[in-house]
Amino acid sequence: MAVATQDTAVRTGRITRTFIYVVLIFFACFYLLPFFIMMVNSVKPLPEITGGNMMALPKEPTIAPWLSAWSTAQIGVEATGLKPYFLNSILMVVPAVAISTVLGALNGYILTKWRFRGDTILFGLMLFSCFIPFQIVLIPMARILGILGLASTIPGLILVHVVYGIGFATLYFRNYYAAVPTELVRSAQIDGAGFFQIFWRIMLPLSGPITIVCIIWQFTNIWNDFLFGASFAGSNPPMTVALNNLVQSSTGVKEYNVHFAGAILAALPTLLVYIVAGRYFVRGLMAGSVKG
Amino acid sequence: MASVHSTAEPDFRTKLQDWLPKLVLSPSVAAMVVFVYGFIVYTIYLSFTDSKMLPSYDWVGFKNYATLFGLSAWSTALVNLAVFASLYIVICMAIGLLLAIFLDQKIRGESVLRPIYLYPMALSFIVTGTAWKWFLDPGIGLEHTMQLWGWESFKFGWIKDRNMAIYTLVIAAVWQSSGFVMAMFLAGLRGIDNEMLKAAQIDGASNWQLYRRIVIPLLRPAFMSAFVILAHLAIKSYDLVIALTGGGPGRATELPATFMYSYTFTRNQMGVGAASAVIMLMGVAAVMVPYIYSELKEKK
Repeated sequence: MAVATQDTAVRTGRITRTFIYVVLIFFACFYLLPFFIMMVNSVKPLPEITGGNMMALPKEPTIAPWLSAWSTAQIGVEATGLKPYFLNSILMVVPAVAISTVLGALNGYILTKWRFRGDTILFGLMLFSCFIPFQIVLIPMARILGILGLASTIPGLILVHVVYGIGFATLYFRNYYAAVPTELVRSAQIDGAGFFQIFWRIMLPLSGPITIVCIIWQFTNIWNDFLFGASFAGSNPPMTVALNNLVQSSTGVKEYNVHFAGAILAALPTLLVYIVAGRYFVRGLMAGSVKG
Repeated sequence: MASVHSTAEPDFRTKLQDWLPKLVLSPSVAAMVVFVYGFIVYTIYLSFTDSKMLPSYDWVGFKNYATLFGLSAWSTALVNLAVFASLYIVICMAIGLLLAIFLDQKIRGESVLRPIYLYPMALSFIVTGTAWKWFLDPGIGLEHTMQLWGWESFKFGWIKDRNMAIYTLVIAAVWQSSGFVMAMFLAGLRGIDNEMLKAAQIDGASNWQLYRRIVIPLLRPAFMSAFVILAHLAIKSYDLVIALTGGGPGRATELPATFMYSYTFTRNQMGVGAASAVIMLMGVAAVMVPYIYSELKEKK
């Protein structure tokens, strides 16, 4: 990878190097520990957790907690496990990511290649909208969803996530397309190519890396959202809300192993996306949006 | 193609091509105008009304703001936010910078370490909170384990301690975000011209001086981006509190975001809730507006 050759020219002595490795490994443990503990304890029978050591490996490994978390655990009033809520999240995330990414790509294309008076101000307003505390829109959103008949529905949540996802998607594509030479677009225009043709034939083939960044970002944010899910989803909550209900339930024995299995299930999709495509995400971030 | 059409046609086509970009952009702009700025205006308006369980349109002036700042729960939330945000931002940046600088020293296994540092950012704050809640629980987590390992007097009950619970939020939040900050600094470091460093080394600068005088000042843009992202995350923090402490013990970890939610939706004091949301927005705006302004001015 090209990155390896870009290391600093600073030279360090042997003792310093040992120290550096010790620190780096310490932090690796710090980041891995909580997840390791969740993993290990999600396959232990309950008595082994409450009576034993959280760091110990399971004596009698069992997948029962996973099965319970998936299909029989008590979520709220129903013993359905997390399965239906996992499905809710999928049904919500896929369209929301797709729509916001397509809109973001088109917006970024327009804001860089079809500039007009006031486009920078418009983009500034969009950019600010990425960062607003969503508490400021909760009350009117609840009312509008009610008026539209979308309260407590998946389409309602899709709408919410698209609306508040457009800003980031536009930000990514705008910064990326800004580096595409405008002459390319102009000469295509002279050759008679229209707005969509140029987008389709010139911009889109170049958009691979930033599309990956945008999809990962949107997927992670929307999958992980809790506030909108808790506020607007009613009896159809996404995975995060269901997990919270499972963990916070005050009735009966606290089944820690089931909680952990549930937490890992809730983390699995984003972790998978991250493991499969995380490299591109970091590379894309480095190339584009984070650059001050 | 255009040549076969009458002379009026190309005109129409050009016009359409002129309008098409704006047409395609318009749904996004409309959504933004209504769902972001329209809603902001609406919430600001509500904050000046006597809305309780449902929105009402009876104007009461600044009464809600007076009530808000008279509430001890709100001042607790603000103090907690100040403590949480400053520690969260400073520690994330310190760890991020340290790890980035160390990883940048031609480290073997960088490709293994980097994803390990970064993966927590893929997890939701709900999952983060679930994991840490348990790890920090004295009866079953770290304290219990240390005692089992023979360190009988080991105590770590911060999460149940009114004075210390806020710091458990910091620990969990730093765990989740510091890897991301590391990536931002690493990107900055990789962008620094090595020739400049070599020249300084020839002039006899020590490593310490090199970093303090040359490298860190060059990372200013990365510091800015990291600060802005962390600051707005801190102000918005909601899920982590819900999952880790539920705002307790007592009100020890109440933040403005949890305050807003409970006053608006469970205590039916919508006017006060709206006022608290407006204050939160002002906090974010104070950080973001100058940043966005300078970013867009530079890029023009």
